[in-house]
Amino acid sequence: MTVRKNQATLTADEKKRFVDAVLELKRSGRYDDFVRTHNEFIMSDTDTGERTGHRSPSFLPWHRRFLLDFEQALQSVDSSVALPYWDWSTDRTPRASLWAPDFLGGTGRSSDGRVMDGPFAAAAGNWPLSVRVDGRTFLRRSLGTAVRELPTRAEVDSVLSISTYDMAPYNSASDGFRNNLEGWRGVNLHNRVHVWVGGQMATGVSPNDPVFWLHHAFVDKLWAEWQSRHPGTGYVPTGGTPDVVDLDETMKPWNDVRPADLLDHTKFYTFDS
Amino acid sequence: MPDISRRRALTAAAALAATATVATVVAPAASAADHEHPMPMPGTFDEVYKGRRIQGRPMSGGGHHHEHGGGFEVLIDGVQLHLMQNADGTWISVISHYDPVSTPRAAARTAVDELQGAPLLPFPAN
Repeated sequence: MTVRKNQATLTADEKKRFVDAVLELKRSGRYDDFVRTHNEFIMSDTDTGERTGHRSPSFLPWHRRFLLDFEQALQSVDSSVALPYWDWSTDRTPRASLWAPDFLGGTGRSSDGRVMDGPFAAAAGNWPLSVRVDGRTFLRRSLGTAVRELPTRAEVDSVLSISTYDMAPYNSASDGFRNNLEGWRGVNLHNRVHVWVGGQMATGVSPNDPVFWLHHAFVDKLWAEWQSRHPGTGYVPTGGTPDVVDLDETMKPWNDVRPADLLDHTKFYTFDS
Repeated sequence: MPDISRRRALTAAAALAATATVATVVAPAASAADHEHPMPMPGTFDEVYKGRRIQGRPMSGGGHHHEHGGGFEVLIDGVQLHLMQNADGTWISVISHYDPVSTPRAAARTAVDELQGAPLLPFPAN
């Protein structure tokens, strides 16, 4: 059974195996398919139309399944690898070990945002960006520039205390747990972290930065924590909602999996704590 | 890269300077009011920002399959920037997708800031 661990607790060997598996997916071309899929959904999910991957109740189960696909791809390279998560409410500065050269590398240089160290730096030659929205082919970051602070644990707790999963109109204007976690409303958790990292993470092609997976693995863990706190409440809506994935409707692009199939993460993996 | 005449650039820059503290000029109401997007059409703009031409205007012709700007489009040096309007009336672009701003012009300027001179790539037209 896969155990997803806090990135801060990984051994040097676990970090190396994770990085090597990611680089192998990149080399084989499989990695860029994930970037492409994400960008297609982010450009087509709209508040007034069909919405599946973002700004909708299925934001959480969609990303859970997307991460499962990616994790299975990693495990096809190295079966010992699991997705780590980044608790950005604790490891909240550019000095965190997450950003060290033996893991994801650090922030970008000021002139052009280019990441200069670590296994994903353009100079290492193993991380060319081919699915992109502009002419630049190198990984960029600007940690803590566009927004100064990552969410605090108190802000996370305030969102976990919201007892309703989601609310009509089931989009970026909704109240409820999902949209406060996604960040279009309230203290802003998930969206703000994308902005804090900067570079490609702030764009529609955000999976170009491997931190995307660690960010979403923690967002996914927060969904599990919310379920533990609110055992009597669950995913909504439960039927007949235009443009929105109801509990028992299948989700694109897989078309064979429903939110109902993804509510219990322990069928697929557990967390270290 | 489209040709921008010196006169045009100067005119745009002068217009920008002259209107810097003035509210956005209100464009005529959208022609085909899109019932899916009942919010008012944003103001048209055409200026040079940090050396790059940014334009915002109601879309001409049929709506693009991938376009979710409510019938409004933004171009940077003539290349369309994928734009989306949120339910609360704010805007995002594919360059800055998690950080809403109040107008398409602000989204265009943010994109220019983020691009740091790099060319925008046309998004897939499928």
